[in-house]
Parts: sequence; structure tokens; C-alpha cells
Amino acid sequence: MHEKITPIVMPKWGLTMKEGTLSAWHVAEGQTIAPGQEIMDVETDKIANAVEAADGGLLRRRVAQVGQVYPVKSLLGVMAPADVPDAEIDTYVSGFKVPISAEDEEEEAAVYRFVETPSGRIRYAQRSGEGAPVLFIHGFGGDLNNWLFNIDALSGSGPVFALDLPGHGGSTKAIAKLGLDALVATVVEFMNALKLSGAHLVGHSMGGAVAGLVAIQEPKLVRSLTLISPAGLGQEINAKYIDGFVASESRRDLKPVLQYLFANAELVSRAMVEDLLKYKRLDGVQAALRDLAAALFKEGRQERNLAEDLARLKLPIQVIWGAKDAIIPAAHAKALPNARVEIIDAAGHMAQMEAANRVNDLIKAQMAR
Amino acid sequence: MARKISIRQAINEAIDQEMQRDPTVVVMGEDIVGGTGAPGEADAWGGVLGVTKGLYAKHGNRLMDTPLSESAYIGAAIGAATCGLRPIAELMFIDFMGVCLDEIFNQAAKFRYMFGGKAQTPIVIRAMCGAGFRAAAQHSQMLTPVFAHIPGLKVVCPSNAYDAKGLLIQSIRDNDPVIFLEHKNLYGHESEVPEESYAIPFAEANIVREGKHATIVTYGQTVHRSVEAANVLAREGVECDVIDLRTLSPIDMDTVLESVENTGRLVCVDEANPRCSIAADVSAVVAQEAFDALKAPIRMVTAPHTPVPFSPALEDLYVPSVDAITGAVRRIMGGERKAA
Repeated sequence: MHEKITPIVMPKWGLTMKEGTLSAWHVAEGQTIAPGQEIMDVETDKIANAVEAADGGLLRRRVAQVGQVYPVKSLLGVMAPADVPDAEIDTYVSGFKVPISAEDEEEEAAVYRFVETPSGRIRYAQRSGEGAPVLFIHGFGGDLNNWLFNIDALSGSGPVFALDLPGHGGSTKAIAKLGLDALVATVVEFMNALKLSGAHLVGHSMGGAVAGLVAIQEPKLVRSLTLISPAGLGQEINAKYIDGFVASESRRDLKPVLQYLFANAELVSRAMVEDLLKYKRLDGVQAALRDLAAALFKEGRQERNLAEDLARLKLPIQVIWGAKDAIIPAAHAKALPNARVEIIDAAGHMAQMEAANRVNDLIKAQMAR
Repeated sequence: MARKISIRQAINEAIDQEMQRDPTVVVMGEDIVGGTGAPGEADAWGGVLGVTKGLYAKHGNRLMDTPLSESAYIGAAIGAATCGLRPIAELMFIDFMGVCLDEIFNQAAKFRYMFGGKAQTPIVIRAMCGAGFRAAAQHSQMLTPVFAHIPGLKVVCPSNAYDAKGLLIQSIRDNDPVIFLEHKNLYGHESEVPEESYAIPFAEANIVREGKHATIVTYGQTVHRSVEAANVLAREGVECDVIDLRTLSPIDMDTVLESVENTGRLVCVDEANPRCSIAADVSAVVAQEAFDALKAPIRMVTAPHTPVPFSPALEDLYVPSVDAITGAVRRIMGGERKAA
């Protein structure tokens, strides 16, 4: 009868997650769960998020208690049709073991990879899949872990790639004249090195401008664009954020700056601040950030506007913006009248984290078009 | 960043990367290569606990074994620093500072000040500190307060491999004399460390764990005991901030004060002897600056005012234990201080 029983387990978000706290259940025992429904909230030392059901079914048992910490992949709940007797569910729960081999495989898949390009060593993450590839491009000061809620969620829709731009994450910090063109050139090199073409590009903030320019310069490489709070569609950008991010050297200075990124400032955890400080302390990063900020966002103005060039492109463009974006105003979305525009009320600049499930659905829909 | 290495490896990597980056970085000390006159790598110990092992093969004569004369080679390293090199001098055990203290506190510490900023002394003095290694009273002391007391010296004592690498790189690049203390019990302790070089600024404490009921301030080996104590207390419903000072001079009192303003309770844990210690120093500043925030008396958990015992049973009692730390926190959780 076990084949009729579907486990609900602790998700794994990003490379470093080992355990999470169940902070709320959104479904009661006896309720029917639809695939994609938000069933619980989970919190890690880095971030909190709602968990969507991967499968549907009748929730028979809430195994996990709110407020308790559970390792990744451990059993939190059980779904089964009404005709499965309670005794079988008891047996299933007591006999459940965290799948060790599956975890190893996942560790394998979650390992960072590196590729040499003419611009230098580029770090990326990859998930295998069938069909046209998806490539995630993060924003200024970010890295591929900005996509921790998206990479695995989209792996069913196609091969997924996320890279660290030069000057960011684990990629080379040594690029002379770091500006938008250098970033675009590196992404093109990266796509060529990994033989990615006809890809769905998903770019966030500065990465949105990079994705747009890749499509403008190398249209064959790109099948569609999803731009999340992209740069390049208007003039304003929050100088307090850009300059504050570049200048901050301590937790106390950086934390209030990071709070601009989210509609819900409480999402800025100690671990998030610490991870960013660890990145900023790496040799070469400060110089890279200063160069980029000076080239792209001097004194709160964006240097490049891509709206006209993007409007001429013959590929589907989707723009996603958090209504509460305090870095780049959501009104910039109007610069692309032919694009599909989604404004997400409860999100700030990091919609892919704050409204991950919604953003994942939108990317999947874009890929299906 | 999934690579884990030990504090021993992190220190070795920091020295190696800085020697590659900056040709003025040199290393000197007793047995750091292989004993005076040793011919080469096969014989190279890399220091008594092997921290500098492998560096001689890579950097050759930029690592120098010295005679067993601390006052001679610490003095030579300080002189070299004033003349343009960036020496890393290994004092082996910090307990040996007595024979070379004049060079450190009355010379190196004062050059910048006395020469109106025209002289700088970019030297790092690395040394092992701390108890729990069965090394007896003359090789086990936690002498952080001695150096933190002296203006002109910077004092660092990391608790983990990430901090050890970043703080040592910062120490080497710093233009002032830095006393870099390595807890000999922690050399094997592993954590995630980036392969790239990075520097952690001084006076930036690390909040290891967050809680709202009490603040535990510490550094070095007792960071791990404090975290363990905080985990025990969390099961009793008491959540603690655990602050790893990382550098004792300069010291990040802002982070401590901010935390105490939130929690209202402070326990200072220090492996040093209690009189005039880091714990006493932090307690005094908090009492002066954040008295109104305190809900209970400050507690200090320190070694007793005795030399480090050689008896293993007594040495185990000497270093602040998890039980002593949980006990101190429980004691101040009990009574709310009555408003005057």
C-alpha cells in the first residue's frame, strides 16, 4: 500500500541548508492539497519561505510540530487516499528513513562547478533536465545563491544554469574595466563554453540588463527573457543602496542597507549579512563593486537605457516587479509596452526570493510559450 | 564555499597567499623550517605543531630558522619591519614573551607614536596560547590582557578557521604590530574557508548565535564552550547572544553594548586569569555605558587566579566549562534587578 502514500519532506534550499524549522502549517489533517498549494512555512538560519506542495493529495498526518527543527528530507507530513488505514500510515511514519543515497546524489548535483572562459574562471550551478535551458543571471553584489528558491523548482522544466558574474560570488574578481559590456561578454563566453543556445534567460536587476544585452547582441542564444526588477529601463536607482552596499564593511553598516532589498525587512537575517560580508571581504571584490557602481549607477542614475533596443527584439519578454521595490521603481516596467508585465504586491526588489513560488510559476509559463 | 579546512591549514594558507602576493613578507622563528641549519624540506618540521609545514619548499629562504633567542629574533623582526619588510615572527608559546617584551611593548608599540607617524612597524608576532594541552604552567597561559593593555599593539585571537585566515591576512597587511594568538587546542578545528584571499577588519565582533535573554561575550577556545552552553540553555527556554570578540585590541564594544541593550544580561567568559582580564574590561565598559539596560548583575566566568595546573584533572577544572557558563547564565536569569 506504500505506493499510495506520498511523503511531505523538509525541502533543501541552496547548497548549505542542512535543516529547517517548521514555522507554520497551512493545511489541516483531512484537507485535500492541490499541487502548487502553499502548505507550510519553513525557516532556515538564512531565510524564511512558504513551501508549495509538489504533489496533491489528502493530508492524513501532520508528522512535524510547529517550532521544531528538522533535517533536510525528513518526514513532515503524509498524504494518502482516505482508504489507506491509519495503521498503515503509522507504520509508514515509524519506518520512514531520511533517504541517504538520495541526499548524496543531491549533494553531487548541488556542488558548485567552474568553467574557464576567456574572461577568467566562472562559477556556476547546474541541474539537468530536458529541453531548452534556463540561465539565471543575478544582480549587482549578488551571486547564484540569489536563486536558491528557483533553481531546483525549475529543474523539471529544462536544464537549469545559474552563474556568478565576474567580480561576484566564486567567479574571477580580476577583470579590468568591469562594466556592463564586460559582463555581457562573459555571459556570452559562458554560454558558448557550455554550448547553451536558445536559452530562456532570467535576469535580476543589473543581471536583467545583462540578459537584455545578451539578447540584443546575440539573439540566437536567447529564446525568451524574464526580467525581474531589471536595470536598464529608466534612470532612477536608489543611490543609498548602491553606495551603501559598496561602502559597508561591518554588519552594522550593511544590515540596514540590505533591508532596502525586501518588502519584509525581517528577511534580512544575521546569516545573510554575514554571507555578504564574507563575499565583500574577498580580495578584489571592493574594487570590482566600485568599478561597476561607477560605470553603471553613478550618483543614483543608471547610465544605460535598453528599452528601445529591447522593444525591437522578436522574442517574448516578461517583466516581473515587486510593487514595493525600493531599489529600482516598478514604474520602469512601463518602458516596455509590448512585454508581459507582472507586478507582485508583497515583494520588494528580490521578488525571486520574496515571492519565489509566484516567480517560478511565471518563469515556467514563459518557457511554455 | 563548501571546502572545510582546519585552523592549522587556514593559517598556513594565509601565510602562503600573502607571501605570494607580497615579496616583503618573510617568516622567522624557532624550528619553523626544520631547526637551525636544516638542509631542506625533508627535515622541515614547520614549527613545533607543523603550522608552517610546506612553506619552506615554496618560499625557500624567505622563511628563516632563528637561534633559541627570542630577544634577538623578535628584535630583528621589529627592526626589519621598520625598514620595509613585513615579518611574521613566531614566538612559539606566548608564555615566552618575557624574554623579548622590551622589544614588543617599549619599542614596537611606541614607534609610530614617538616618531610622529613617520615610522611604522608592520610585524605580526604569532604565538600559541591557552590551556587544555597538558603543557603545564609555562606553556599554557592566556595572556591576551597583557597585550591588550598596551597602546600601540593590536591583539587577535581567532576561534575558527575562517576567522584565522582572514584575521591573519589583515594582520599581515596592517601597518602596526599585531600579536596573533593561536589557541593550541583549536588547531584541528575545521570550518568552511574560501580558497581566495580575504581580510577581516579588526574590531568587528562576530555574533555566533542570536538570542534575546542574555549576552555571552568571549573569544578563542571558550567561544565553542559558550555556544554549547547556549544550546543547553536554549532547551531550557533561555536564548543567548554569543559574541566572539575575535580581536581584543581594538575591541568591538559597540556590538557588545548593542546586544546587552537588547538582552539586559551579560556573562563574560574568558580563559585568562580574572584580574584585569578581557572579561573584567568588557564588564567595566558595559557597567559604565549600559548600566540602565542591565536587569541583573554582570557575571564573569574565567580561569581562577592561579597558574595553569599540570594535573589533567585540575587543568580540566581550570578552563571555563560549559557547566560553569550555563550556571552563570542561569544565576542571572533568576532575579530581575529591582528598579531603584
